[in-house]
Amino acid sequence: MKYVDEFRDGRSAAGLLAAIEDLVAGMGLAAGKSIHIMEVCGGHTHSIFRYGLEGMLPRQLELVHGPGCPVCVLPMGRIDDCVAIAEQPNVILTTFGDAMRVPGSRKSLLQAKAAGADIRMVYSPMDALALARRNPNKEIVFFGLGFETTMPSTALTILEAESDGIENFSVFCNHITIVPTIKAILDSPDVQIDGFLGPGHVSMVIGTAPYEFIARHYGKPLVVSGFEPVDILQSIWMVLRQIKDSRSEVENQYARVASAGGNAAALRAIASVYEIRPFFEWRGLGSIDYSGVRIRDAYARFDAERKFAVPNVSIPDPKSCQCGEVLKGVIKPYQCKVFGTACTPDSPLGALMVSSEGACAAYFQYGGVRKAGAA
Amino acid sequence: MNAAVLRAGRALGKVHGGAVTLAHGAGGRAMKDLIDDVFIASFDGASRTPLEDQARFDIAALAAKGDRLAFTTDAFVVDPLFFPGDDIGKLAVCGTINDLAVGGAVPLYLSCAVIVEEGTPVDLLRRVAQSMAQTAAEAGVQIVTGDTKVVNKGACDKLFITTSGIGVIRLGVQLGVQQARPGDAVLVNGVLGDHGAAILEARGELALRSPITSDCGALHDLVDVLLAAAPGVRCLRDATRGGAATVFNEIAEASATGIEIDERSLPIRGEVRAFCEILGLDPLYLANEGKLVAIVPDDQSDAALAALRAHPLGRHAAIVGRVTDGEAGRVTVRTVSSGRRVLDMLVGDQLPRIC
Repeated sequence: MKYVDEFRDGRSAAGLLAAIEDLVAGMGLAAGKSIHIMEVCGGHTHSIFRYGLEGMLPRQLELVHGPGCPVCVLPMGRIDDCVAIAEQPNVILTTFGDAMRVPGSRKSLLQAKAAGADIRMVYSPMDALALARRNPNKEIVFFGLGFETTMPSTALTILEAESDGIENFSVFCNHITIVPTIKAILDSPDVQIDGFLGPGHVSMVIGTAPYEFIARHYGKPLVVSGFEPVDILQSIWMVLRQIKDSRSEVENQYARVASAGGNAAALRAIASVYEIRPFFEWRGLGSIDYSGVRIRDAYARFDAERKFAVPNVSIPDPKSCQCGEVLKGVIKPYQCKVFGTACTPDSPLGALMVSSEGACAAYFQYGGVRKAGAA
Repeated sequence: MNAAVLRAGRALGKVHGGAVTLAHGAGGRAMKDLIDDVFIASFDGASRTPLEDQARFDIAALAAKGDRLAFTTDAFVVDPLFFPGDDIGKLAVCGTINDLAVGGAVPLYLSCAVIVEEGTPVDLLRRVAQSMAQTAAEAGVQIVTGDTKVVNKGACDKLFITTSGIGVIRLGVQLGVQQARPGDAVLVNGVLGDHGAAILEARGELALRSPITSDCGALHDLVDVLLAAAPGVRCLRDATRGGAATVFNEIAEASATGIEIDERSLPIRGEVRAFCEILGLDPLYLANEGKLVAIVPDDQSDAALAALRAHPLGRHAAIVGRVTDGEAGRVTVRTVSSGRRVLDMLVGDQLPRIC
């Protein structure tokens, strides 16, 4: 498969690994010391586990699996609200597949569906709009979630609904934005991160400029990375090279997709439909200022939060969860006290066990073959 | 008349009306006409013996074929009923044949129980019955008993089929899921994931157009060829729901061995790979309906591979991994990028990833 196989090639990977090993060895780290690199995006986490990259890296290089799995960080209160909308008569709730299993305080969407709510998996918000056209007597609600990667498609769907005069379609908006969350992590006192792999698909939309403060203000290197194993290894090597040279810059490994300025049309759609919320709650990280968006007044009739009465109650994370510490790189997933016992993909307690992009679920499913001490 | 032996020594009834109604399941004349017209006419129209409530077999004739009976059952609820490559009827026959075949049994007789939603077109039912009859005839098995129930609209989704099967295991054939040993080769008889991808695509919800067709096929002849070439085969499993990954795990667990799969050697069609890439699915978890996993002693693995590849249903057969003395029950994959990961069973369904 073109543009895929060459980025998974074992020989390219081996060459990059050798270069990474050289760089790490050349740093002369003291025994017990290691370099921590956070991959922000859940798609990177998935690839790292899917291709077994973590076990190939030198022991003095630790990957910290960041908060960039939008499904994982949905707080329980928002799932409760979503279930409450889905349970209203005459509503068809539409959602991306991997949001189905996220636990709320009462039930997940999968459980609500089993109990009779009309909940359907879609692959695009446009599918939800098509459903609204076909079912004029039903209210179709799309569970909008994701970072800037999925924001434009939801925005364009709302714009199309408006221009076509479709009244029975709305969005339960849970779109979030990654930059304030990276800042919140960097401001946290116990953080242990030496550099970042930046999210490739978010950057395709927003460009690379929004990360400049990470390099300038916090002095941390960031490399926007693609999602294939060779992309990720090359990006790790680029971060290490910056650390070795005592540089902190924003570099772009994923130039075949992401550009410095981003996608102007997508940014216009985002700006016209959404505005920043004063704060938004993240599972595992708590409330973060300016980290979510909501639908502007001009499109209020497409806003499910205004169309339906939702409980809007904040539910605290289970006390035993250590998701926040995992996200900040303080502990590894398997060091959490409920990992694999009270918290499993079957019945997740914490954010990171929820989606296959969550670090804990990835460890559980694919196994930290070397570091978790398995096999 | 619940269990109707499908041999009619009389004029066959004709069904009236274009759609199945509750009357067709009520036990009276309408039901008899439906069974005659759709099932008996398809399965055994030529043979006209009186209907009994059960099929009857000559024990001596069965005993001549082997020393053990194999008996299995499977329910088929696929949506849509007709999909690229095949339909629920062929699936219902092949699925049960394969469950017998991978135990080393010669499949002989099938039952067919159908649950029909009222309003289902009679012609649809007839097409399915004819597909079952044709598949059974090609496979050399007989459908000898059956049952028909009609349920209210909404109580089932158009048509559910349950088939049970009887086969005879030949003297000396001893396949068992607990018999894998370190060093054994892990083989598959062809490309993986076609059926699961074809069904997902055929549901029409993906706005994807692909040429992927189901791999639905009866494997008993292939198993015969394989066992003749490699009599030491430890175990066979058909890799249906849960895909090849689930079967690897079942074998590793039952045999208390490790299994290491080499991702580079997995036969997967480019179309299926692309389909999975777009949706964030793993083809190793997609269902197959004509694929088996074979555990073969190392010294017979070349002969087994050659025999499989010489058969029309094994052209893309491959050795995809090894049984190891690693952690018991643990399946690992050597990835295309030379990393190593665990290949576990899934908790539930695979759900497409958001981005």
